[in-house]
Amino acid sequence: MSAVEHSDTTAWIGTLRAARSRGRLRLVAIMSALVVLGVLATLMTGPTLTTPGQLLRIFSGHDVPGASFAVTELRLPRATLSVLTGMSFGLGGVIFQTLLRNPLASPDIIGISAGASAAAVFAIVILGWSGAAVSVTAVIAGLGIALLIYLLAWRDRVSGARLILVGIGLAAMLDSLIAYVLSRAPSWTLQDALRWLTGSVNGATLDEALPLMLALLVLGGLLLARRGNLEAMRLGDDTAAALGVPLARDKVIAVMAAVGLIAVATAVSGPIAFVAFLSGPIAKRIAGPGRSPLIPAALVGALLVLIGDYTGQHLLAGRFPVGVVTGALGAPYLIYLIIRSNRTGRET
Amino acid sequence: MSSAAGTATLDGLRRSRRGRAAWLAVVLLGLALACILSVSLGTRDVGWADIVAGVSGTTETMAQAVVAVRVPRTVLAALAGAALGLAGAVMQGVTRNPLADPGILGVNAGAAMAVVIGMAWFGMQSLDAFLWTAILGAGIAACFVYAVGSLGRGGATPLKLALAGAATSIASASFTVAIILPRNDIAGGVRSWQIGGVGGASFDAILPCLPFLAVGLVLCLLSARSLNLLALGDEAAAGLGAQVAWARAAAALGAVLLCGATTAICGPIGFVGLVVPHMCRLLVGVDHRWLLPFSALTGGILLIVADVIGRIIARPSEMDVGIVTAFVGAPVFIWIVRQRRVRDL
Repeated sequence: MSAVEHSDTTAWIGTLRAARSRGRLRLVAIMSALVVLGVLATLMTGPTLTTPGQLLRIFSGHDVPGASFAVTELRLPRATLSVLTGMSFGLGGVIFQTLLRNPLASPDIIGISAGASAAAVFAIVILGWSGAAVSVTAVIAGLGIALLIYLLAWRDRVSGARLILVGIGLAAMLDSLIAYVLSRAPSWTLQDALRWLTGSVNGATLDEALPLMLALLVLGGLLLARRGNLEAMRLGDDTAAALGVPLARDKVIAVMAAVGLIAVATAVSGPIAFVAFLSGPIAKRIAGPGRSPLIPAALVGALLVLIGDYTGQHLLAGRFPVGVVTGALGAPYLIYLIIRSNRTGRET
Repeated sequence: MSSAAGTATLDGLRRSRRGRAAWLAVVLLGLALACILSVSLGTRDVGWADIVAGVSGTTETMAQAVVAVRVPRTVLAALAGAALGLAGAVMQGVTRNPLADPGILGVNAGAAMAVVIGMAWFGMQSLDAFLWTAILGAGIAACFVYAVGSLGRGGATPLKLALAGAATSIASASFTVAIILPRNDIAGGVRSWQIGGVGGASFDAILPCLPFLAVGLVLCLLSARSLNLLALGDEAAAGLGAQVAWARAAAALGAVLLCGATTAICGPIGFVGLVVPHMCRLLVGVDHRWLLPFSALTGGILLIVADVIGRIIARPSEMDVGIVTAFVGAPVFIWIVRQRRVRDL
C-alpha cells in the first residue's frame, strides 16, 4: 500500500467519523425536539385546549384566567415528572441490559423495580411516610435487593444467567409482598394501588421532581462520563479487561448508579411498566450499532412516558395510568422479537 | 444433560419399590393430617366435637358452621394443589426444564387475563364460561411463552423461558389492569380473585371443574411413560419408538387443562408446580410413573398447608394462599437456580 493511498484511507476514515458524529448529534437533536413536542402537547391538552400563545404568556408571568392554574399546577409537574422518570428508567434499563448482555434483562423484570416499589409501598401504607423519606427508603431497598441478588447468584463467580433467574424469583416474592401490603390497607383505593402496581404520574407535584432531578444529574452524569468503558463491556468481560477497563470498579459504579436512578424514579411514580425494558432496544435500533445508546435510551424513555401518559389521558376511552399503556406495549415488542428472530435467525 | 438424565433415570429405577411404597404411605398420611389441620385451624378456634359435627353437616352453632365452611375450602385446596403440582411436573418433563412452573412461565397470568377479558367484555358470569376461557388463555400463553423462549441459539433454555414468562406475565397484568380500571363494577371481584384464593370455595363452584381436572389428570398420568423417554433427549426418545411431537402435545394439553381449570376457580397461584416436583424427585427419583402421582399428592398437601398458614399468620384476617406459596416457593426457586451449573441455564 503506497503512502498516498494510506493518507487517502486515513482521510476517508476521518470523514466517516465526522459524518458519524454529525449523524449522532442530529439524532440526539431530533429526539430532544420530539421530547419538547411531547412536553408541549402535555402542557396544551386538557379539558380545554391552551394555545401556544397562552402558554408563552403564562410562563412569562402573566395570569391567564382559566388556564394558568391547569398549566402550572397540573400539567407542568406532570410533564416534568414524565420526562424525568422516563429518562431515569431508560438510562437505568439500558445499563442493566448492557451489563448483563441480554435485552430481556431489564430492572423491571429482574426485581430491582419490585424491591424499590415494595419498600415504597411499605413506607407509605404501613409507616405513613411521604416525600424524601420514601425516596430514600426506595433507594436503600433497591440497592439492598441488588446486593441480595448478587450474593445469591454468587457461586465461585457470578454468571449473568444465574443473576437474572435469581432476580426473577425475588421479583415474584416481592410482587406478592406488594399485593399483600396493598390488601392490608382498607382505605387504599384501587387507583392508588394501581399506581404501585403499574406506575403513574397522576397527581404529580414539582416538589417530587427535585430529588429525581438531582439523581438524574449526579448519577446520569456519572454514567455518561463512563460510557466509553460501558461500550467496551458490551464486547464481553475479557475484551473489556484487555482494553484496559477497570472492570470490577466500573461495574459496581454502573450498577449502583442505575439502581439509584430506577429506585428514585420508582419512589416518585411507581414502577412504570416496561419503560426500562423497552427504551434500550428501541434506542439501539435507532442509534445503530457501535454507538453508546445511553443518551438515546434516556430520551426514548422520556418519550415513552410522555406518549404513554398522553395516550392514557386523552386518546383512550377512560383514563389510564401511564404504566398500563407502556405495559401493554411490551406484548407487541415480544411478538416483534419472535418475528425478527425467525427472519434473521439471530440470537436474542 | 441427556446423559446425566439417563444415569439419573437408571438410578431412579434402581430405587426399591418398597421404599417408594413407604413414601406413598407417608404422603397419604401427610395429606390426611393436612386435611384435619385445615378443618380444625383458622381464625376462629373450634373444639373437636364441633369439628366432627361440622364435617358431618350440622351447622347449629357458629363453630360448627365455621367448620362446615372449611370443608369445601380444604377440598378445593387439595384439588388445586394436586392439579398445579402435577402440571408443574409435566411441564418440567415436557420442556426438560427444571424451572418450569405454570406461574413462572406466565401460563397462569394468561389464564387470568382471559378470564378478566371474558368478565369485562363478554359479560361472563358463570363458572363454566370462566373455565373454557381460562383454559384457552392458558393454552395461548403457553404457546406464546414457548415460542418467545425458544428463540435464538440453544433453543428453549431455562433462562430464556423464565424471561419470556416474566415478560409475558407483566404484559398480561398490564392488559388486565387496563381492562378493569374503567370498570369499577367488576374491579373488586377481579382483584381478590387475582391474588389467588381458595377462601370462597363451595361445592357448587368445585363441581363444574371436576371433568376438566379429570381429563387433565388422565392425560398427564398417561404421558408418564413418554415423559420418561423424552427425558433421554428427542432423538433417543424417537429411536425408542416414542411419537415425540404427539407425546409432547398430549402432555402439554393435560397440563394446560389443569392450570386453566385451577386458575378459573382460585385465581393464579404460583410456585406450587415448581416446588412440588423437585421435592418429589428427592423422594422417589425421576421415574415419571411415580413422580407424577406423587407430585399430585404432595401438591395437595402443600396448598392445604399454605392455606392454613395464611389463615393463622395474619389473624384475625387471612393471607391469600397465593402470597404464602410465593414466599415458600421463591426461595426454593433460587435454591434450584444455585444448584445448576451455568452451562445448563
